Amino acid sequence: MLTSIKRIIRLGWASFSRDGGAITTTVFILVLTISLVTCIFFLKGISQILISNLEEKVDISVYFKEDTTEQEILSVKQELCQVSDEENIEYISKEQALEIFVERHKEDLVLMASLEEIAINPFLASLNIRASDPVKYEEIADFLEGAVFEASVEKIDYNQRRPVIERIFSLTDSFKKIGIGISVLLVLLSFLVVLNTTRLAIYNLKQEVEVQKLVGASNWFIRGPFLVQGVIAGTIAALISFVIFGLGCLVFSSNINALFSDLNIWQYFTNNVLTIILIQLVTGIGLGVSSSIIAIRKYLKV
Amino acid sequence: MIRFENITKIYPPNTVALKDVSFEVKEKEFICLVGKSGAGKTTLLKILLAREEPTKGKVFFEGQNVHEIKPNELPELRKRIGSVFQDYKLLSSKTTYENVAYIMEVLGRSDEEISRDVPKVLEIVGLTERANHFPAQLSAGEHQRAAIARALIHRPDVILADEPTGNLDPYNTSDIIRLLLKINELGTTIILSTHNKEIINSLGKRVISLEEGRVIRDEPKGRFIL
Repeated sequence: MLTSIKRIIRLGWASFSRDGGAITTTVFILVLTISLVTCIFFLKGISQILISNLEEKVDISVYFKEDTTEQEILSVKQELCQVSDEENIEYISKEQALEIFVERHKEDLVLMASLEEIAINPFLASLNIRASDPVKYEEIADFLEGAVFEASVEKIDYNQRRPVIERIFSLTDSFKKIGIGISVLLVLLSFLVVLNTTRLAIYNLKQEVEVQKLVGASNWFIRGPFLVQGVIAGTIAALISFVIFGLGCLVFSSNINALFSDLNIWQYFTNNVLTIILIQLVTGIGLGVSSSIIAIRKYLKV
Repeated sequence: MIRFENITKIYPPNTVALKDVSFEVKEKEFICLVGKSGAGKTTLLKILLAREEPTKGKVFFEGQNVHEIKPNELPELRKRIGSVFQDYKLLSSKTTYENVAYIMEVLGRSDEEISRDVPKVLEIVGLTERANHFPAQLSAGEHQRAAIARALIHRPDVILADEPTGNLDPYNTSDIIRLLLKINELGTTIILSTHNKEIINSLGKRVISLEEGRVIRDEPKGRFIL
Protein backbone atom coordinates (compact mmCIF):
# COMPACT_ATOMS: atom_id res chain seq x y z
CA MET A 1 0.00 0.00 0.00
CA LEU A 2 2.71 2.41 1.10
CA THR A 3 4.81 1.42 -1.90
CA SER A 4 1.87 2.14 -4.22
CA ILE A 5 1.26 5.55 -2.60
CA LYS A 6 4.95 6.38 -3.00
CA ARG A 7 4.81 5.36 -6.67
CA ILE A 8 1.60 7.34 -7.31
CA ILE A 9 3.28 10.44 -5.83
CA ARG A 10 6.41 9.84 -7.90
CA LEU A 11 4.37 9.43 -11.09
CA GLY A 12 2.37 12.58 -10.21
CA TRP A 13 5.57 14.54 -9.75
CA ALA A 14 6.98 13.17 -13.01
CA SER A 15 3.84 14.22 -14.87
CA PHE A 16 3.92 17.62 -13.13
CA SER A 17 7.52 18.35 -14.04
CA ARG A 18 7.05 17.14 -17.61
CA ASP A 19 4.27 19.64 -18.50
CA GLY A 20 6.46 22.78 -18.17
CA GLY A 21 4.46 25.48 -19.97
CA ALA A 22 0.99 24.36 -18.95
CA ILE A 23 2.09 23.92 -15.34
CA THR A 24 3.63 27.42 -15.22
CA THR A 25 0.32 28.90 -16.39
CA THR A 26 -1.60 26.81 -13.86
CA VAL A 27 0.64 27.82 -10.96
CA PHE A 28 0.53 31.48 -12.07
CA ILE A 29 -3.26 31.63 -12.19
CA LEU A 30 -3.48 29.78 -8.88
CA VAL A 31 -1.05 32.28 -7.31
CA LEU A 32 -3.29 35.13 -8.54
CA THR A 33 -6.40 33.53 -7.06
CA ILE A 34 -4.76 32.63 -3.76
CA SER A 35 -3.30 36.15 -3.50
CA LEU A 36 -6.67 37.75 -4.01
CA VAL A 37 -8.29 35.52 -1.38
CA THR A 38 -5.42 36.40 1.00
CA CYS A 39 -5.95 40.10 0.17
CA ILE A 40 -9.57 39.81 1.28
CA PHE A 41 -8.38 38.30 4.56
CA PHE A 42 -5.84 41.13 4.97
CA LEU A 43 -8.43 43.77 4.11
CA LYS A 44 -10.80 42.43 6.74
CA GLY A 45 -8.11 42.35 9.42
CA ILE A 46 -6.55 45.69 8.55
CA SER A 47 -9.88 47.52 8.43
CA GLN A 48 -10.72 46.06 11.83
CA ILE A 49 -7.42 47.35 13.22
CA LEU A 50 -7.95 50.80 11.68
CA ILE A 51 -11.52 51.08 12.90
CA SER A 52 -10.79 49.89 16.42
CA ASN A 53 -7.85 52.30 16.64
CA LEU A 54 -10.04 55.13 15.44
CA GLU A 55 -12.74 54.16 17.87
CA GLU A 56 -10.19 54.21 20.64
CA LYS A 57 -9.25 57.70 19.58
CA VAL A 58 -12.81 58.93 19.60
CA ASP A 59 -13.49 61.22 22.47
CA ILE A 60 -15.91 64.00 23.15
CA SER A 61 -14.73 67.45 23.95
CA VAL A 62 -17.32 69.82 25.38
CA TYR A 63 -16.25 73.44 25.12
CA PHE A 64 -17.85 75.84 27.55
CA LYS A 65 -18.79 79.42 26.94
CA GLU A 66 -16.40 82.17 28.05
CA ASP A 67 -18.53 83.14 31.02
CA THR A 68 -18.96 79.65 32.46
CA THR A 69 -17.21 79.30 35.80
CA GLU A 70 -14.95 76.44 36.75
CA GLN A 71 -17.45 75.54 39.45
CA GLU A 72 -20.21 75.11 36.88
CA ILE A 73 -18.03 73.02 34.64
CA LEU A 74 -17.03 70.72 37.47
CA SER A 75 -20.66 70.23 38.36
CA VAL A 76 -21.37 69.21 34.74
CA LYS A 77 -18.50 66.76 35.09
CA GLN A 78 -20.11 65.42 38.24
CA GLU A 79 -23.44 64.96 36.49
CA LEU A 80 -21.79 63.28 33.52
CA CYS A 81 -20.04 60.83 35.81
CA GLN A 82 -23.37 59.87 37.29
CA VAL A 83 -25.25 59.67 33.99
CA SER A 84 -22.74 57.75 31.93
CA ASP A 85 -20.80 55.82 34.55
CA GLU A 86 -17.67 57.16 32.91
CA GLU A 87 -14.78 58.11 35.11
CA ASN A 88 -12.38 59.10 32.38
CA ILE A 89 -13.50 62.72 32.18
CA GLU A 90 -10.78 65.31 32.19
CA TYR A 91 -11.25 68.99 32.91
CA ILE A 92 -9.04 71.26 30.81
CA SER A 93 -9.06 74.88 31.89
CA LYS A 94 -8.53 77.82 29.53
CA GLU A 95 -4.94 78.13 30.79
CA GLN A 96 -4.20 74.44 30.32
CA ALA A 97 -5.66 74.58 26.80
CA LEU A 98 -3.31 77.46 26.00
CA GLU A 99 -0.34 75.60 27.46
CA ILE A 100 -1.15 72.47 25.42
CA PHE A 101 -1.48 74.57 22.25
CA VAL A 102 1.81 76.38 22.88
CA GLU A 103 3.60 73.17 23.66
CA ARG A 104 2.29 71.54 20.49
CA HIS A 105 3.02 74.45 18.15
CA LYS A 106 6.05 76.11 19.70
CA GLU A 107 8.06 75.46 16.56
CA ASP A 108 5.55 77.33 14.43
CA LEU A 109 6.76 80.92 14.83
CA VAL A 110 3.99 82.48 12.75
CA LEU A 111 1.34 80.83 14.88
CA MET A 112 3.10 81.85 18.09
CA ALA A 113 3.43 85.45 16.81
CA SER A 114 -0.27 85.64 15.96
CA LEU A 115 -1.10 84.30 19.42
CA GLU A 116 0.98 87.06 20.99
CA GLU A 117 -0.62 89.60 18.68
CA ILE A 118 -4.16 88.92 19.92
CA ALA A 119 -2.88 89.24 23.49
CA ILE A 120 -5.72 87.29 25.03
CA ASN A 121 -6.23 83.59 25.67
CA PRO A 122 -8.59 82.54 22.83
CA PHE A 123 -9.13 79.02 24.15
CA LEU A 124 -12.20 77.79 25.96
CA ALA A 125 -12.33 75.57 29.00
CA SER A 126 -13.47 72.05 28.15
CA LEU A 127 -14.26 68.60 29.40
CA ASN A 128 -12.67 65.70 27.56
CA ILE A 129 -14.64 62.49 27.84
CA ARG A 130 -13.24 59.13 26.76
CA ALA A 131 -15.83 56.38 26.95
CA SER A 132 -14.92 52.76 27.73
CA ASP A 133 -17.36 51.64 25.06
CA PRO A 134 -17.61 53.61 21.77
CA VAL A 135 -21.38 52.97 21.68
CA LYS A 136 -21.77 55.29 24.65
CA TYR A 137 -20.61 58.38 22.75
CA GLU A 138 -23.96 58.89 21.11
CA GLU A 139 -25.68 58.72 24.49
CA ILE A 140 -23.21 61.19 26.06
CA ALA A 141 -23.52 63.58 23.12
CA ASP A 142 -27.32 63.50 23.38
CA PHE A 143 -27.11 64.21 27.10
CA LEU A 144 -24.82 67.22 26.60
CA GLU A 145 -26.88 68.59 23.74
CA GLY A 146 -29.92 68.66 26.05
CA ALA A 147 -31.58 71.90 27.06
CA VAL A 148 -30.07 71.89 30.56
CA PHE A 149 -26.62 72.71 29.26
CA GLU A 150 -27.62 74.94 26.38
CA ALA A 151 -26.66 78.09 28.27
CA SER A 152 -23.17 77.02 29.20
CA VAL A 153 -22.02 74.74 26.33
CA GLU A 154 -20.35 76.49 23.38
CA LYS A 155 -19.86 73.41 21.21
CA ILE A 156 -19.52 69.65 21.34
CA ASP A 157 -16.75 68.15 19.25
CA TYR A 158 -17.86 64.61 18.50
CA ASN A 159 -19.56 64.28 15.18
CA GLN A 160 -16.49 65.39 13.31
CA ARG A 161 -14.93 61.93 13.64
CA ARG A 162 -18.02 59.95 12.87
CA PRO A 163 -17.83 60.41 9.07
CA VAL A 164 -14.24 59.06 9.06
CA ILE A 165 -15.35 55.83 10.69
CA GLU A 166 -18.33 55.54 8.38
CA ARG A 167 -16.10 56.19 5.40
CA ILE A 168 -13.70 53.39 6.42
CA PHE A 169 -16.64 51.05 6.88
CA SER A 170 -18.05 51.89 3.48
CA LEU A 171 -14.66 51.73 1.75
CA THR A 172 -13.72 48.35 3.20
CA ASP A 173 -17.19 47.07 2.43
CA SER A 174 -16.84 48.15 -1.22
CA PHE A 175 -13.32 46.69 -1.46
CA LYS A 176 -14.60 43.46 0.04
CA LYS A 177 -17.47 43.25 -2.45
CA ILE A 178 -15.18 43.99 -5.42
CA GLY A 179 -12.58 41.54 -4.05
CA ILE A 180 -15.14 38.77 -3.66
CA GLY A 181 -16.45 39.45 -7.18
CA ILE A 182 -12.97 39.24 -8.74
CA SER A 183 -12.17 36.21 -6.58
CA VAL A 184 -15.19 34.34 -7.90
CA LEU A 185 -14.07 35.11 -11.46
CA LEU A 186 -10.49 34.06 -10.72
CA VAL A 187 -11.64 30.88 -8.99
CA LEU A 188 -13.61 29.99 -12.12
CA LEU A 189 -10.65 30.84 -14.32
CA SER A 190 -8.22 28.79 -12.20
CA PHE A 191 -10.67 25.94 -12.23
CA LEU A 192 -10.74 25.95 -16.03
CA VAL A 193 -6.96 26.29 -16.32
CA VAL A 194 -6.26 23.40 -13.91
CA LEU A 195 -8.92 21.33 -15.66
CA ASN A 196 -7.24 21.95 -18.98
CA THR A 197 -3.76 21.19 -17.64
CA THR A 198 -4.95 17.89 -16.21
CA ARG A 199 -6.64 17.13 -19.53
CA LEU A 200 -3.37 17.86 -21.31
CA ALA A 201 -1.46 15.64 -18.86
CA ILE A 202 -3.96 12.83 -19.44
CA TYR A 203 -3.45 13.27 -23.17
CA ASN A 204 0.35 13.31 -22.81
CA LEU A 205 0.29 10.15 -20.73
CA LYS A 206 -2.24 8.42 -22.95
CA GLN A 207 0.16 5.60 -23.78
CA GLU A 208 1.19 5.05 -20.16
CA VAL A 209 -2.44 5.03 -19.09
CA GLU A 210 -3.26 2.52 -21.81
CA VAL A 211 -0.41 0.25 -20.69
CA GLN A 212 -1.51 0.61 -17.06
CA LYS A 213 -5.05 -0.39 -17.98
CA LEU A 214 -3.87 -3.35 -20.03
CA VAL A 215 -1.78 -4.87 -17.29
CA GLY A 216 -4.50 -4.42 -14.70
CA ALA A 217 -3.39 -1.39 -12.69
CA SER A 218 -6.01 -0.44 -10.11
CA ASN A 219 -8.25 2.48 -11.06
CA TRP A 220 -6.74 4.58 -8.30
CA PHE A 221 -3.23 3.85 -9.44
CA ILE A 222 -4.20 5.22 -12.86
CA ARG A 223 -6.08 8.26 -11.51
CA GLY A 224 -3.84 8.98 -8.53
CA PRO A 225 -0.92 10.71 -10.32
CA PHE A 226 -3.25 13.30 -11.91
CA LEU A 227 -4.73 14.07 -8.53
CA VAL A 228 -1.23 14.36 -7.06
CA GLN A 229 -0.41 16.77 -9.88
CA GLY A 230 -3.30 19.00 -8.76
CA VAL A 231 -2.10 18.85 -5.15
CA ILE A 232 1.47 19.74 -6.16
CA ALA A 233 0.31 22.69 -8.31
CA GLY A 234 -1.90 23.96 -5.47
CA THR A 235 0.82 23.56 -2.84
CA ILE A 236 3.51 25.27 -4.93
CA ALA A 237 1.13 28.14 -5.77
CA ALA A 238 0.25 28.49 -2.06
CA LEU A 239 3.94 28.56 -1.09
CA ILE A 240 4.75 31.16 -3.77
CA SER A 241 1.83 33.32 -2.58
CA PHE A 242 3.02 32.93 1.01
CA VAL A 243 6.52 34.11 0.10
CA ILE A 244 5.11 37.02 -1.95
CA PHE A 245 2.92 38.15 0.95
CA GLY A 246 5.66 37.63 3.53
CA LEU A 247 8.18 39.66 1.54
CA GLY A 248 5.56 42.26 0.62
CA CYS A 249 4.59 42.77 4.26
CA LEU A 250 8.24 42.97 5.33
CA VAL A 251 9.27 45.41 2.61
CA PHE A 252 6.23 47.70 2.65
CA SER A 253 5.55 47.58 6.37
CA SER A 254 7.51 50.76 7.15
CA ASN A 255 5.97 52.67 4.20
CA ILE A 256 2.44 51.71 5.24
CA ASN A 257 3.32 52.50 8.84
CA ALA A 258 4.29 56.01 7.76
CA LEU A 259 0.82 56.47 6.23
CA PHE A 260 -1.17 54.81 9.01
CA SER A 261 0.78 55.03 12.21
CA ASP A 262 -1.37 52.39 13.94
CA LEU A 263 -0.89 49.81 11.22
CA ASN A 264 2.01 47.38 11.25
CA ILE A 265 1.29 44.87 8.49
CA TRP A 266 4.43 42.82 9.15
CA GLN A 267 3.21 42.34 12.71
CA TYR A 268 -0.26 41.50 11.39
CA PHE A 269 1.35 38.94 9.05
CA THR A 270 3.45 37.32 11.78
CA ASN A 271 0.53 37.27 14.24
CA ASN A 272 -1.70 35.52 11.68
CA VAL A 273 0.94 33.45 9.88
CA LEU A 274 -0.79 30.12 10.53
CA THR A 275 -4.21 31.35 9.40
CA ILE A 276 -2.67 32.87 6.27
CA ILE A 277 -0.78 29.73 5.23
CA LEU A 278 -3.89 27.67 5.98
CA ILE A 279 -6.10 29.92 3.82
CA GLN A 280 -3.54 29.77 1.01
CA LEU A 281 -3.06 26.00 1.17
CA VAL A 282 -6.79 25.30 1.38
CA THR A 283 -7.49 27.59 -1.58
CA GLY A 284 -4.60 26.22 -3.69
CA ILE A 285 -4.99 22.54 -2.95
CA GLY A 286 -8.78 22.77 -2.95
CA LEU A 287 -8.82 24.29 -6.42
CA GLY A 288 -6.10 21.95 -7.71
CA VAL A 289 -7.76 18.80 -6.44
CA SER A 290 -11.38 19.65 -7.28
CA SER A 291 -10.65 20.57 -10.88
CA SER A 292 -8.33 17.55 -11.29
CA ILE A 293 -11.13 15.28 -10.04
CA ILE A 294 -13.55 16.72 -12.61
CA ALA A 295 -10.95 16.39 -15.40
CA ILE A 296 -10.22 12.78 -14.39
CA ARG A 297 -13.91 11.91 -14.33
CA LYS A 298 -14.49 13.59 -17.67
CA TYR A 299 -11.39 12.66 -19.65
CA LEU A 300 -9.84 9.57 -18.06
CA LYS A 301 -11.81 6.44 -18.76
CA VAL A 302 -10.47 3.55 -16.69
CA MET B 1 -10.27 -21.81 -19.58
CA ILE B 2 -11.68 -19.28 -22.07
CA ARG B 3 -15.00 -19.69 -23.84
CA PHE B 4 -16.46 -17.42 -26.53
CA GLU B 5 -20.21 -18.01 -26.85
CA ASN B 6 -22.00 -16.65 -29.94
CA ILE B 7 -20.09 -13.39 -29.96
CA THR B 8 -21.44 -10.76 -32.31
CA LYS B 9 -20.01 -7.29 -32.51
CA ILE B 10 -21.63 -4.61 -34.65
CA TYR B 11 -20.07 -1.13 -34.80
CA PRO B 12 -22.56 1.64 -35.50
CA PRO B 13 -24.22 2.13 -37.83
CA ASN B 14 -24.06 -1.46 -39.13
CA THR B 15 -20.48 -2.68 -39.57
CA VAL B 16 -20.38 -6.31 -38.53
CA ALA B 17 -16.97 -7.06 -36.98
CA LEU B 18 -17.86 -10.46 -35.50
CA LYS B 19 -20.79 -12.74 -36.18
CA ASP B 20 -21.76 -15.65 -33.93
CA VAL B 21 -18.20 -16.56 -32.96
CA SER B 22 -17.97 -19.53 -30.60
CA PHE B 23 -14.94 -21.53 -29.53
CA GLU B 24 -13.12 -22.65 -26.43
CA VAL B 25 -9.47 -22.31 -25.40
CA LYS B 26 -8.03 -24.88 -23.04
CA GLU B 27 -5.36 -24.27 -20.46
CA LYS B 28 -1.76 -24.30 -21.80
CA GLU B 29 -3.08 -24.38 -25.38
CA PHE B 30 -1.38 -22.52 -28.25
CA ILE B 31 -4.00 -21.10 -30.59
CA CYS B 32 -3.53 -19.24 -33.85
CA LEU B 33 -6.22 -16.83 -34.94
CA VAL B 34 -5.86 -16.20 -38.64
CA GLY B 35 -7.68 -14.00 -41.05
CA LYS B 36 -7.26 -11.02 -43.36
CA SER B 37 -7.02 -7.51 -41.93
CA GLY B 38 -10.49 -6.56 -40.70
CA ALA B 39 -11.54 -10.18 -40.16
CA GLY B 40 -12.25 -9.44 -36.49
CA LYS B 41 -9.13 -10.87 -34.77
CA THR B 42 -8.25 -7.74 -32.79
CA THR B 43 -11.88 -7.11 -31.86
CA LEU B 44 -12.10 -10.62 -30.46
CA LEU B 45 -9.01 -10.06 -28.28
CA LYS B 46 -10.34 -6.68 -27.10
CA ILE B 47 -13.62 -8.34 -26.11
CA LEU B 48 -11.70 -10.91 -24.07
CA LEU B 49 -9.86 -8.09 -22.26
CA ALA B 50 -13.23 -6.36 -21.64
CA ARG B 51 -11.99 -3.33 -23.56
CA GLU B 52 -14.96 -3.77 -25.89
CA GLU B 53 -18.49 -4.97 -25.14
CA PRO B 54 -19.97 -7.57 -27.50
CA THR B 55 -23.27 -6.62 -29.12
CA LYS B 56 -24.45 -10.15 -28.42
CA GLY B 57 -22.98 -13.24 -26.75
CA LYS B 58 -20.75 -13.93 -23.77
CA VAL B 59 -17.07 -14.51 -23.02
CA PHE B 60 -16.10 -16.62 -20.04
CA PHE B 61 -12.70 -16.62 -18.38
CA GLU B 62 -12.49 -19.56 -15.99
CA GLY B 63 -16.27 -19.68 -15.79
CA GLN B 64 -16.75 -15.97 -15.16
CA ASN B 65 -18.51 -13.78 -17.73
CA VAL B 66 -15.91 -11.06 -18.27
CA HIS B 67 -18.53 -8.47 -19.15
CA GLU B 68 -20.32 -8.95 -15.87
CA ILE B 69 -17.17 -8.15 -13.87
CA LYS B 70 -17.49 -4.86 -11.99
CA PRO B 71 -15.19 -2.08 -13.28
CA ASN B 72 -13.18 -2.05 -10.05
CA GLU B 73 -12.58 -5.82 -10.35
CA LEU B 74 -11.50 -5.70 -14.00
CA PRO B 75 -7.82 -5.07 -13.12
CA GLU B 76 -7.78 -8.56 -11.54
CA LEU B 77 -8.82 -10.13 -14.84
CA ARG B 78 -6.29 -8.07 -16.78
CA LYS B 79 -3.49 -9.06 -14.42
CA ARG B 80 -4.04 -12.65 -15.56
CA ILE B 81 -3.80 -11.77 -19.25
CA GLY B 82 -0.61 -10.44 -20.81
CA SER B 83 -0.80 -8.56 -24.10
CA VAL B 84 1.72 -8.15 -26.93
CA PHE B 85 0.95 -5.79 -29.81
CA GLN B 86 2.22 -5.16 -33.28
CA ASP B 87 3.11 -1.56 -32.30
CA TYR B 88 4.86 -2.78 -29.09
CA LYS B 89 3.42 0.04 -26.91
CA LEU B 90 6.74 0.52 -25.14
CA LEU B 91 7.16 3.81 -23.25
CA SER B 92 9.78 5.81 -25.10
CA SER B 93 11.00 7.69 -22.00
CA LYS B 94 11.91 4.47 -20.19
CA THR B 95 14.72 1.99 -20.76
CA THR B 96 14.00 -1.66 -21.52
CA TYR B 97 14.55 -2.51 -17.86
CA GLU B 98 12.28 0.35 -16.73
CA ASN B 99 9.56 -0.58 -19.23
CA VAL B 100 9.40 -4.06 -17.76
CA ALA B 101 9.86 -2.90 -14.15
CA TYR B 102 7.12 -0.29 -14.65
CA ILE B 103 4.50 -3.03 -15.00
CA MET B 104 5.54 -4.53 -11.67
CA GLU B 105 5.47 -1.08 -10.08
CA VAL B 106 1.98 -0.49 -11.44
CA LEU B 107 0.87 -3.80 -9.98
CA GLY B 108 2.25 -2.88 -6.57
CA ARG B 109 5.11 -5.39 -6.44
CA SER B 110 7.92 -4.64 -4.00
CA ASP B 111 11.27 -3.21 -5.09
CA GLU B 112 12.95 -6.49 -4.10
CA GLU B 113 10.64 -8.51 -6.36
CA ILE B 114 11.29 -6.08 -9.19
CA SER B 115 15.07 -6.30 -8.95
CA ARG B 116 14.84 -10.09 -8.70
CA ASP B 117 12.32 -10.78 -11.53
CA VAL B 118 13.10 -8.19 -14.22
CA PRO B 119 16.64 -9.47 -15.01
CA LYS B 120 15.28 -13.04 -15.18
CA VAL B 121 12.61 -12.12 -17.71
CA LEU B 122 15.06 -10.04 -19.75
CA GLU B 123 17.30 -13.11 -19.85
CA ILE B 124 14.42 -15.30 -21.09
CA VAL B 125 13.77 -12.92 -24.00
CA GLY B 126 17.49 -12.40 -24.62
CA LEU B 127 17.65 -8.70 -23.78
CA THR B 128 20.03 -8.69 -20.81
CA GLU B 129 22.58 -6.74 -22.84
CA ARG B 130 19.93 -4.18 -23.85
CA ALA B 131 18.51 -3.58 -20.40
CA ASN B 132 19.67 0.03 -20.27
CA HIS B 133 18.76 0.94 -23.83
CA PHE B 134 15.80 3.15 -24.66
CA PRO B 135 13.22 1.89 -27.21
CA ALA B 136 14.67 4.24 -29.85
CA GLN B 137 17.99 2.37 -29.52
CA LEU B 138 16.43 -1.07 -30.08
CA SER B 139 15.81 -2.95 -33.34
CA ALA B 140 12.28 -3.98 -34.33
CA GLY B 141 12.89 -7.53 -33.10
CA GLU B 142 14.28 -6.27 -29.80
CA HIS B 143 11.25 -4.02 -29.41
CA GLN B 144 8.96 -6.98 -29.70
CA ARG B 145 11.06 -9.07 -27.31
CA ALA B 146 10.89 -6.22 -24.80
CA ALA B 147 7.11 -6.16 -25.27
CA ILE B 148 6.97 -9.90 -24.63
CA ALA B 149 9.15 -9.49 -21.53
CA ARG B 150 6.69 -6.88 -20.32
CA ALA B 151 3.73 -9.19 -20.96
CA LEU B 152 5.51 -12.03 -19.15
CA ILE B 153 6.66 -10.15 -16.08
CA HIS B 154 3.45 -10.45 -14.11
CA ARG B 155 3.28 -14.19 -14.85
CA PRO B 156 -0.07 -14.14 -16.65
CA ASP B 157 -2.08 -17.29 -17.33
CA VAL B 158 -2.67 -16.24 -20.94
CA ILE B 159 -0.71 -14.16 -23.44
CA LEU B 160 -2.59 -12.45 -26.23
CA ALA B 161 -0.19 -11.71 -29.09
CA ASP B 162 -1.88 -9.47 -31.64
CA GLU B 163 0.14 -9.48 -34.87
CA PRO B 164 3.42 -9.56 -32.89
CA THR B 165 5.48 -10.18 -36.03
CA GLY B 166 3.69 -7.68 -38.25
CA ASN B 167 6.65 -5.31 -38.35
CA LEU B 168 9.45 -7.88 -38.30
CA ASP B 169 11.75 -9.43 -40.87
CA PRO B 170 11.68 -13.25 -41.31
CA TYR B 171 14.67 -13.78 -39.00
CA ASN B 172 13.15 -11.79 -36.13
CA THR B 173 9.74 -13.31 -36.83
CA SER B 174 10.95 -16.84 -36.22
CA ASP B 175 12.84 -15.60 -33.18
CA ILE B 176 9.64 -14.21 -31.64
CA ILE B 177 7.61 -17.31 -32.51
CA ARG B 178 10.28 -19.53 -30.90
CA LEU B 179 10.03 -17.34 -27.81
CA LEU B 180 6.24 -17.68 -27.68
CA LEU B 181 6.54 -21.46 -28.06
CA LYS B 182 9.04 -21.54 -25.21
CA ILE B 183 6.67 -19.52 -23.00
CA ASN B 184 3.84 -21.91 -23.94
CA GLU B 185 5.99 -24.91 -23.01
CA LEU B 186 6.51 -23.29 -19.59
CA GLY B 187 2.72 -23.45 -19.09
CA THR B 188 1.26 -20.17 -20.37
CA THR B 189 -1.71 -20.26 -22.75
CA ILE B 190 -0.99 -18.37 -25.97
CA ILE B 191 -3.48 -16.81 -28.35
CA LEU B 192 -1.58 -15.65 -31.39
CA SER B 193 -3.33 -13.53 -33.94
CA THR B 194 -1.55 -13.28 -37.28
CA HIS B 195 -1.92 -13.33 -41.04
CA ASN B 196 1.58 -14.71 -41.62
CA LYS B 197 1.17 -17.89 -43.68
CA GLU B 198 4.68 -19.27 -43.06
CA ILE B 199 4.33 -19.04 -39.31
CA ILE B 200 1.02 -20.86 -39.23
CA ASN B 201 2.12 -23.61 -41.56
CA SER B 202 5.36 -24.23 -39.65
CA LEU B 203 3.76 -24.30 -36.18
CA GLY B 204 1.39 -27.21 -36.52
CA LYS B 205 -0.85 -25.85 -33.77
CA ARG B 206 -4.60 -25.30 -33.53
CA VAL B 207 -5.75 -22.72 -36.11
CA ILE B 208 -9.03 -20.79 -36.00
CA SER B 209 -9.68 -19.02 -39.29
CA LEU B 210 -11.88 -15.92 -39.36
CA GLU B 211 -13.46 -14.41 -42.41
CA GLU B 212 -15.70 -11.34 -42.35
CA GLY B 213 -16.25 -11.84 -38.64
CA ARG B 214 -17.20 -15.52 -38.79
CA VAL B 215 -15.25 -18.64 -37.80
CA ILE B 216 -14.90 -20.54 -41.06
CA ARG B 217 -12.47 -23.20 -39.85
CA ASP B 218 -11.22 -24.56 -36.52
CA GLU B 219 -8.60 -27.29 -36.91
CA PRO B 220 -6.40 -28.90 -34.23
CA LYS B 221 -3.31 -28.92 -36.44
CA GLY B 222 -4.30 -26.37 -38.98
CA ARG B 223 -2.77 -24.69 -41.97
CA PHE B 224 -3.20 -21.25 -43.41
CA ILE B 225 -6.07 -21.56 -45.89
CA LEU B 226 -8.09 -18.45 -46.71
